[in-house]
Amino acid sequence: MSALPLEVRTHVLDNGLVLLLQPMPAVRSAALSLLVPAGSVYEQPARNGTAALLCDLVTRGAGDRDNRDLSTAFDDLGVQRHESIASEHVAFSAATVSHNLTATLELYADVALRPRLPEAEFEPTRLGVAQSLQAIEDDPRQKVMLELRRRCWEDPWGRPSDGCLADLPSVTLEDVREHHALCFRPNGSILGIAGSFDPDAVTEQVERLFGDWDGGRIPTIEPGPEMPSLDHLDYDSTQTQIGIGYPSVPYRDPDYYTAWAAVSLLSGGTSSRLWNEVREKRGLVYAVSASLSSLKDRAHVLCYAGTTVERSQETLEVMFAEIERLASGLEAGELERCKARAKTALVMQQESSVARAGAVARDWYHLGRVKPLEDVREKVEAITETDVLGFLAENPPGDYTVVTIGPEPPQLDSSVSLRRALSTESDEG
Amino acid sequence: MEFHQTQLDNGLTVVAETNPHVHSVAAGFYVRAGSRDESAEVSGVSHFLEHMAFKGDETHSADDVNRIFDEIGARYNASTSEEVTTYYGAVLPEYLPKALEMLATLIRPSLREEDFEVERQVILEEIGMYDDQPTSVCYDKSMESHFIGHPLGRSILGSRESITALTADRMREYHANHYGAGNIVLAVAGNTDWDEVRDLARRFCGHWPTGRHDRNTEEARPPGVTRVLRRESSTLQYVIQMASAPSARSPHRHAAELLSVVVGSDSGSRLYWELVDSGLAEAAELGFHEYEGSGAWMTYVGSEPDATIDNLARVKAVYDAVNADGVTAEELERAKNKVSSAIVLRGERPMGRLSSLGANWIYREDYRSVEDDLRDCAAVDVSAVRELLDAYPLGQTTTVAVGPLASLVPGTANENDPPSN
Repeated sequence: MSALPLEVRTHVLDNGLVLLLQPMPAVRSAALSLLVPAGSVYEQPARNGTAALLCDLVTRGAGDRDNRDLSTAFDDLGVQRHESIASEHVAFSAATVSHNLTATLELYADVALRPRLPEAEFEPTRLGVAQSLQAIEDDPRQKVMLELRRRCWEDPWGRPSDGCLADLPSVTLEDVREHHALCFRPNGSILGIAGSFDPDAVTEQVERLFGDWDGGRIPTIEPGPEMPSLDHLDYDSTQTQIGIGYPSVPYRDPDYYTAWAAVSLLSGGTSSRLWNEVREKRGLVYAVSASLSSLKDRAHVLCYAGTTVERSQETLEVMFAEIERLASGLEAGELERCKARAKTALVMQQESSVARAGAVARDWYHLGRVKPLEDVREKVEAITETDVLGFLAENPPGDYTVVTIGPEPPQLDSSVSLRRALSTESDEG
Repeated sequence: MEFHQTQLDNGLTVVAETNPHVHSVAAGFYVRAGSRDESAEVSGVSHFLEHMAFKGDETHSADDVNRIFDEIGARYNASTSEEVTTYYGAVLPEYLPKALEMLATLIRPSLREEDFEVERQVILEEIGMYDDQPTSVCYDKSMESHFIGHPLGRSILGSRESITALTADRMREYHANHYGAGNIVLAVAGNTDWDEVRDLARRFCGHWPTGRHDRNTEEARPPGVTRVLRRESSTLQYVIQMASAPSARSPHRHAAELLSVVVGSDSGSRLYWELVDSGLAEAAELGFHEYEGSGAWMTYVGSEPDATIDNLARVKAVYDAVNADGVTAEELERAKNKVSSAIVLRGERPMGRLSSLGANWIYREDYRSVEDDLRDCAAVDVSAVRELLDAYPLGQTTTVAVGPLASLVPGTANENDPPSN
């Protein structure tokens, strides 16, 4: 069933800003996703947190409005907004009833082009960012995945995009202003809008609001040091948090959907292998998962489990055994279930302006185009068992990164499956 | 969108909101059973039972349940609160019959001994997971302290001891008493038609036993308790303060929802400007929690330990001003805009409509369309907020703190609960 969504309209401004419009006539809302290339990878060395500070500070006054006026203006429009930092981007996402889209775009033009970056707001911003990082210290589940990413990808790619407590005190307002001057530019920025609106009018408005945004040169990135790939962090807790990562292929790779299927076998629905073996059969955990996490040019499968200390050894072993077992074949129906779940996800994306605006902007970032949902559906539908096994033969899970957080480290070298799984590592090291 | 409703002979209520303009359909069973319906002995049984539901019935093994939901690509889950256990899923319209069949399976599980033992371990891991999160510990302890002596004070997860001691027989007994058809609402929202829903409900649920469980819904009279749970490993100090608020059937509840936005939403609220924008706290929020017969204002403040005592004084000053002077028409209008757009956005997805449909029926036996919700929101004026505040002023009847501090009294390091957790 489900009518195909209307085509995405693409418009590239002369200054390089990419505008993507996804009309959705059945909804009453409009959502936007603005990606600005000012993420944490562009921070200066030992200044991790600059992007997070900037992301907060740009919303504390812009154009004619001071901090309070700007916040009030967003609230008056009923805008549900969210700012976040990724490796390459600062991402602004907003949604409201569609008749407020025009006024909302005006506000974002101010935020992007004319933020005040006021000195008086800098210290409160830093205090806020510091406390949100402290809150992560109190949340070991979140912390283990951050620490895992750091060890999977060399700096600055694995750098925590929200900053780190060690660097934060040394980041100055000047650093933040420089980061803004260098990185807030139209070339490399992407504005995705989805919902119910008149595409011609919105295009015209975006031309008017963002057309005179000056472009800049794209900064180069110097890779930093790598961190150990097997690591344990001491933590006073009931559970041990486990993170396992291994390389895979990024979103832009022709094999991406096959790689996705291989991960989905591990951790798609409740019939997936990790869920079944680790939780359902053995009761080792409440939460266990794996996902394919893709940057533009690199990707890792990131696995998570949390279990009480005395069961962490067994949990690690079972997880490795399942990851390694993938290559030995699929069970009947397994791949079809992954496809069914993917189909649902694709259809549901069409019901939400927020999801759709985010997806079109993300697509453009990774691919330089928006993949029609129908193409994705066909690609997923066409995946065969042979494809998955072929992919796993060419890209066998290995070169593992393992991070644990808890009262004591599991003995990584005491078991057969772990030794086998980690043998690549020891050979190299 | 059209609303439909019926009751099967066994007492099961079926409600549906059909909408041909969406691409999926969501369905859920809302069981009027939660931690408030438990005795101390079986603390945690509602939530444990929710887990056991996925272990299958006489015709489906646990593997079957997991496999079939995945075969139809369902997005599904379950949750347990103090008052309601919900089993729900969203699927493409062609899979609604299978989805309902499987959801119905969850309501009458076999509760096999061997599954029970494995799942007990999962629950103990879940308890362990929340133990490691100071915010969760703080929530649990504040509910326990605020509603002390009242059923709403019971823990949803239960304790390590109660879960270890629980038997499958006690769970069967609890199930027999709380999962009668009269205690359950089936709600369906999205792209489907009413005749089909009604037929499916009859086919999969028509044979269920009748029964309705009565609960004591007397309004709680919280005595006021302050507890400081020391947790030296914690980086920040987390505090929850609670006071009485309107219940789920109170005419004040729309005003209460809006007041919580004016005073304590995570952006642009009075607490936000006082504490968060200024960098004094990581978070400072006011929530309105409605229950059957009772309600609670819940204030949450997370900040550096050294700033905590001062921050709580600031919260109190904000509340004193609101209690004395109410809110301005301008800030109320702003809150309405925020809430209205949230109503519209949530209403676009069948899953969003399902939660509204199910909650409205189980709490109030009432249907509210998106338009109704928008009207209810628009109708609240400053005098309605004034009346609310006169009946249920913002306050700090109960205070629970988790973190490095030994005391919340300035300049003391004295009495508090023995080290816990």
